[in-house]
Amino acid sequence: MPSPAPPKADNQTLHARIAKSFPSREHQFSLDVEFSVAPGFTILFGPSGSGKTTLLDCIAGLATPDAGCIVVGEHVLCDITTRFSVPVAKRFVGYVLQDLALFPHLTVEQNVEYGLAHISRLERKQRAAAMLEEFRIAHLRQQRPQEISGGERQRVALARALVTDPSVLLLDEPLAALDAATKAKIINDLRRWNEAHRIPILYVTHSREEVIALGERVLVIERGHIIAQGAPHAVLSAPLQETVAQLAGFENIFDAKVWLVHEDRGTMTCRLPGEPSDSFVLLETPLIRAEQGSNIRVGIRAGDVLLAITEPVGLSARNVIAGRLVSLERRDMMIVVRVNCGVEIEVHLTLAARDSLGLVEGSEVWLVIKTYSCHLMQK
Amino acid sequence: MSIDWQSFRLTIELAVVVSAILLIVGLPLASWLAFSRWRWKFFVEAIVALPIVLPPTVLGFYVLVALGSRSPLGQWWQSLTGHTLAFTFTGLVIGSVLYSLPFAVQPFTSSFSSVDRKLLAASATLGGSPLRTFFRVVIPLSVPGLVTGMVLAFAHTMGEFGVVLMIGGNIPGVTRTVSIDIYDQVQASNYAAANATALVLLVLCFAMLATVYGLNRRTSGVWTVGPVK
Repeated sequence: MPSPAPPKADNQTLHARIAKSFPSREHQFSLDVEFSVAPGFTILFGPSGSGKTTLLDCIAGLATPDAGCIVVGEHVLCDITTRFSVPVAKRFVGYVLQDLALFPHLTVEQNVEYGLAHISRLERKQRAAAMLEEFRIAHLRQQRPQEISGGERQRVALARALVTDPSVLLLDEPLAALDAATKAKIINDLRRWNEAHRIPILYVTHSREEVIALGERVLVIERGHIIAQGAPHAVLSAPLQETVAQLAGFENIFDAKVWLVHEDRGTMTCRLPGEPSDSFVLLETPLIRAEQGSNIRVGIRAGDVLLAITEPVGLSARNVIAGRLVSLERRDMMIVVRVNCGVEIEVHLTLAARDSLGLVEGSEVWLVIKTYSCHLMQK
Repeated sequence: MSIDWQSFRLTIELAVVVSAILLIVGLPLASWLAFSRWRWKFFVEAIVALPIVLPPTVLGFYVLVALGSRSPLGQWWQSLTGHTLAFTFTGLVIGSVLYSLPFAVQPFTSSFSSVDRKLLAASATLGGSPLRTFFRVVIPLSVPGLVTGMVLAFAHTMGEFGVVLMIGGNIPGVTRTVSIDIYDQVQASNYAAANATALVLLVLCFAMLATVYGLNRRTSGVWTVGPVK
């Protein structure tokens, strides 16, 4: 008879330090991370192959780290130095696997009841029924997983993991295959459930919109290392490192030098070396802690740049740069424009904008870039 | 036309007992073969598969030696029961279990191996012990393989000849199985009786295999069979 779930302390934070390497094959991969997950949603954000699933497997106990320890509240789940490891079945870690892994031979109700073997039949039925109700799948209780829709399957998988009252919840891209509307509804249900339970939820995704919708905190992982962490807005909109910038979709990334620092205005001027080598572009950017003359990178989203066909005046934007239109390319319902102003900058426009401005290759144009549209990264 | 129904009854009795033992022995052995990561596992796999390629007389010979009154096993049995294992029904069961082992264990193993490992992981994270995972997830999802293994073991035991001859000899009602009976009839130039007996055996084996393949076709794809708790 399994022991009941450990009582939940007020501060049920997950602390993990995990190192694991996979020798062999084409390239060696090693995971080496240390992080804490407070109650609430924490997003684990990173490209595929960055070690996210391995990390979750280690927390759930399906994989064993080479070194490190994993603690939830006061409960040690795994400590490699003392060779201590709680078996998977006794960790009370809820884990929704990437492809859900619903039991195909059991009904929805039996799937949800699966993790409640240790309690009485009556209580099991009641708890499962309440959970089915909460996740709006009560009407499917007699169906088998292959008879219901993808969104319903996701709900069953969530309900099956949550009904066990886990002390940590791991979600491996649970909504990846769903359309936006279904996704939003499930996210709402999940959020409501979490308001009542407040356990650490580690949520793996590589979707930006899920990060923004769910995240209280984001861990950015790449090639086995956590490269940034913080509030979603801070991590994703003012990334510190270029890898994050690429994830977050910056079309323009330039090497630059800090040219002038305007402490009083809270801005600085950066110099972007151009082609030919004596040309350059000066950009006014937000102030960061950087020495005059130090090398940094500037990222600008193509959608954040305004384009004008006469020199604009009377604008609040600090950067108005003259240039020549190099190419116009239609990509779906959007126009990708490349403008040479010493450096080449990509700008995204609507079809209507192109037509009303009468843009053609070779046109003289001005680009308008707000100071806070310039994102700085360490180099 | 005289069919020796006594030998039929004996053969079916033997096949039932052997299949039952193979189910009990085969499940843990097959699950070990399917899930163990021991580096020398292939060694055990080879031993289990041996009866497929080994001439029945070779297997029968060694089993006979092992059961005989000069072997430790034979002596132990004799001290326990007062008679040897050779030329008894029990001896026949032991030989047949060894001989039919791969026919049960291999289908078991391959169906266990084909159960999605993600389901095993899911069961574990939901608090399922290895035993619970085995009985609630692995076994229900392996029903076609289990049925195949049982029927193959049953049919194979029904049809064995060499091992029976080596271990059991030809004692009516004790070790005289159908295939021995047919052999005897042919030796005695009694072709009509041999034909009748052989035909019954042929039809029986065909019916069993057809049932298995039919069942497997129905259960593959959408899941219809499954224990309801």
